[in-house]
Amino acid sequence: MLKTRIIPCLDVANGRVVKGVNFLDLIDAGDPVEQAKLYQDQGADEICFLDITATHEGRDTILDVVERTASEVFMPLTVGGGVKHISDIRKLLNAGADKVSINSAAIFNPDFIKEASDKCGSQCIVVAIDARKIADNKWEIYTHGGRKKTGIDALEWAQKMADYGAGEFLVTSMDRDGTKNGFDLDLTRSISDLVDIPIIASGGVGNLQHLVEGIDQGRASAVLAASIFHFGEYTIEQAKNVLQQNNIAVRI
Amino acid sequence: MSKTIAIIDYGSGNIRSAAKAFEHVIALENLSYEIVIENSASGVLKADKIVLPGQGAFADCIHNLNDVPDMISALQRKVLEDKTPFLGICVGMQLLADQGKEHGTHQGLGWIGGEVIPLQKTTNDMKIPHMGWNDLVLDQPEHFLLRSIKSASDLEKHFYFVHSFMFDCKDKGHLLAHTHYGQNVAAMIAKENIIGTQFHPEKSQNAGLNLIKDFMHWMP
Repeated sequence: MLKTRIIPCLDVANGRVVKGVNFLDLIDAGDPVEQAKLYQDQGADEICFLDITATHEGRDTILDVVERTASEVFMPLTVGGGVKHISDIRKLLNAGADKVSINSAAIFNPDFIKEASDKCGSQCIVVAIDARKIADNKWEIYTHGGRKKTGIDALEWAQKMADYGAGEFLVTSMDRDGTKNGFDLDLTRSISDLVDIPIIASGGVGNLQHLVEGIDQGRASAVLAASIFHFGEYTIEQAKNVLQQNNIAVRI
Repeated sequence: MSKTIAIIDYGSGNIRSAAKAFEHVIALENLSYEIVIENSASGVLKADKIVLPGQGAFADCIHNLNDVPDMISALQRKVLEDKTPFLGICVGMQLLADQGKEHGTHQGLGWIGGEVIPLQKTTNDMKIPHMGWNDLVLDQPEHFLLRSIKSASDLEKHFYFVHSFMFDCKDKGHLLAHTHYGQNVAAMIAKENIIGTQFHPEKSQNAGLNLIKDFMHWMP
């Protein structure tokens, strides 16, 4: 039977991991490849790099990171941040990424998702949906890390992006992101019930029970978290054990 | 002189991931194999093992393969006549079928009898594509290529899948292993020197690396 995926996410800037604690057994805690290997050893099901490099010149550093990761980590790797052109996708895939996560570029030009899924295959196109709640059962799409509103209704957007060939959604509640109060379960569930493609729940995880809720109540196929794993509060293994205790099938 | 394993580059697959995984196994096992990313028929004719990756739609993949001059005839000669060990991954496995029914009906290579048909949504909340880790049920546990999987832990019986269509074998004797996702889904198929995996061994951590190792040692 298909297992629920746990996906640790690392913020990367100029080829280095941003923030985080110094794991004792890592030679270089700032090296994303070392972190990715640690997560692989803990039994992560996939890994995600979010490239938050601010400058254009620094962008190519992620390609080197991806290339080195793909030589040592043999699980699906998603890379997000700054993907604007088909050539960006191709460069990342050629470096060894398996999927790319696209956010702003889809908002500016929805046809980009159509073109990307046609040319590169739906399986590698993840559309990141960053949304804020504006009323009961109503959410609005935001860009720029939740700072800029777009006026786009999140559910309409999800339907459109699924129709355009997105392979998966990474759904992040910008209200919850960084709060440690848990996912916006209504948001995740509303999108999951609307479309056939898998949903990754993200934004707000503060403890392992939140992961259980994301799957049971949010109906997500996968859960993504950054800080709870990155700061060493929990291991992937502990997360899987808690999911299993709650009758959620995990790879263990 | 070292032997060569050709990973076919026909514009339809993430060959980089596959190449990296094979590189890793070759180094680990100290095998005298060289990996060649091959986009020409003449190169394929020299290979000692052949890997055909594949991602995206069946029609695009078979079309792209057809577009490489003499590639299909070179593959037929190597695989069907010389019996060179061959591994098809994901859509690379699906192309082995007689036909694929994704966006119309399209002719496949016809090396293993069967059709490629859509996954059926058997419950309302079932997601398509089938994406993630699923475990194998072995139909032919004594097959050489299942030797690692047979004795593996539960964890390492899991492989990474991502697909919306599946291989429906005409002759169930070609089915090595299946998985379950709303229905039984062919996970590994084989006929003589030809093997196909619906999952991605190159993305399946140790389970996948062990299978690649077994493929490298396989002498059908």
